[in-house]
Amino acid sequence: MVEMNSHRRMQLYGALLLLPAAVLLSTFAYLPTITTLINSLFLPGFRGAPTEFVGLENYRLLIEDSTFWRVARNNLIYALGTIPTSIALALAMALFVNARLPGRGFVRMAYFTPTILPMIAAANIWMFFYAPQIGLFNKLLGALGLSGVNWLGDPSVALSSVIVMTVWKEAGFFMIFYLAALQGMAPELKEAADLEGTSRWSFFWRVTFPLLMPTTLFVLINALINAVRVVDHLFILTKGGPNNATNLLLYYVYENAFSFFDRTYAATITVVILVVLAIVATVKFAILDRRTHYQ
Amino acid sequence: MSQPSTAKSTGWPMALRLPGLETTAAWLLALIWIFPLLYAVWAAFHPPAFMVRFDLFAPLTLDNFANAWAQAPFARYYLNTFLLVTGVVFAQFVVCTLAGFAFARFPIPGKDFLFMLVLIQLFVFPEVLIVENYRIASTLGLVDTITGIGLPYVASAFGIFLLRQTFKTIPRELEDAARIEGCGWMAILLKVYVPLAKPTYLAYGLVSISHHWNNFLWPLVVTNSVESRPLTVGLGVFSAPETGVNWATVSAATLLSIAPLLIAFLLFQRQFVQSFLRSGIR
Repeated sequence: MVEMNSHRRMQLYGALLLLPAAVLLSTFAYLPTITTLINSLFLPGFRGAPTEFVGLENYRLLIEDSTFWRVARNNLIYALGTIPTSIALALAMALFVNARLPGRGFVRMAYFTPTILPMIAAANIWMFFYAPQIGLFNKLLGALGLSGVNWLGDPSVALSSVIVMTVWKEAGFFMIFYLAALQGMAPELKEAADLEGTSRWSFFWRVTFPLLMPTTLFVLINALINAVRVVDHLFILTKGGPNNATNLLLYYVYENAFSFFDRTYAATITVVILVVLAIVATVKFAILDRRTHYQ
Repeated sequence: MSQPSTAKSTGWPMALRLPGLETTAAWLLALIWIFPLLYAVWAAFHPPAFMVRFDLFAPLTLDNFANAWAQAPFARYYLNTFLLVTGVVFAQFVVCTLAGFAFARFPIPGKDFLFMLVLIQLFVFPEVLIVENYRIASTLGLVDTITGIGLPYVASAFGIFLLRQTFKTIPRELEDAARIEGCGWMAILLKVYVPLAKPTYLAYGLVSISHHWNNFLWPLVVTNSVESRPLTVGLGVFSAPETGVNWATVSAATLLSIAPLLIAFLLFQRQFVQSFLRSGIR
């Protein structure tokens, strides 16, 4: 009987320990997720407050909204443009820094430093490169006698410019995970391969790269999340322009909510983002965590 | 490990065997990577006329910093960011310690399900839910306050996860020993678990500090005055291209905002990198 009571007490104590986190998570994660879903079923009223239930009307509007499709396509191109390049560069950086290299400390620092800058600061710095008249890139092109490019103002170039900046910002972060994985690899593998006379190229593709697969998948998940989550740089570089050429989903949510005051439409786009994140989460928990585990 | 060698593996470029070329590539990439930052330093310390004129003997100046400091309330922004970061990290430590402890050691009914629920927050961040979180913040009267910026991040799934993992590795014998000495649960947590989890707190603290020092979108949405804006939002407002602020001044302002974190990073590189690594579970 005493045993039972103490078990009960432990349960109660545990629940009390969880309480602060439970209240905060409910307030700022679960509740807003649910109200977002609900709001997407309403029409906006005064200052965007939901008033009238319209079912899936907002989703019909979304499907007919060419801007939405443009933004969704941009986000896809942005993900395809940033992720493979960042990962390849991160892997190259890690291999460089893992080898005997003169000035290794400096090289590693140079690769990693962009990671700890705020996106806003990074965007400011790249603005000096991209600006049409006084920007460094066009000055350099001018010095070579070439005509300048409107890096952020030309709809066919702007998204690529944003992608390049993002790769610069992200690659160093992914590098450290590859570096840690490389340092954890058994040196015997390399020795065995050397005895066999395996070339470095085939050693990389047959041994290193497969062994790094868990790291690659981990980095990939992170990169996917960042591709829908981080839009800070757009506030400085392009504001989603020109003519939505660089607009991304979360920035479009921001515009709808805080510039057009259409909260229910913003909620509808947010649902799309939540679906994307849910897919990423499912892939991670259902597939990856079953086969690999990190630390 | 014997593998049939294929035409592909023998026929590839000799270049890869030349460490000289690799070293060059590594250094070239490093220079490209650090160049933007060096360029910002150049622009900040020289008169605007030298923005794109690289003259070794260009006069050095601190005028740009003086201008930036005079044109925007950076002192206030520093204070706000400092308060935000310390407040968030402290509150996260408290809330996540309690929850991590509960998940690691207490027989809560439905614990695994609850833990999965917590992990959802690794994907659904406060900034994705800006619209509804703004409404909630305004209902609670938290718009334009530093508390409002930080509160949505306090119950961090990531912190709960990390601390739970750490607490689980601590042997029960230590706990039993403390209990024999008459310690209650709180004393056990504070005297046994927390001290042994110090490296986790350091790692999580550094990651959290960097994240909140750099965070922009949610602070932008929830603040609207100088009194609560952190550095990133202050910098964003200050340097928006349409304000027409001189570029040299913008570089100075940018360096001002990143300097504390950048210097801390350069001094404690190893700890920063280790922290980011340890935190690599998301």
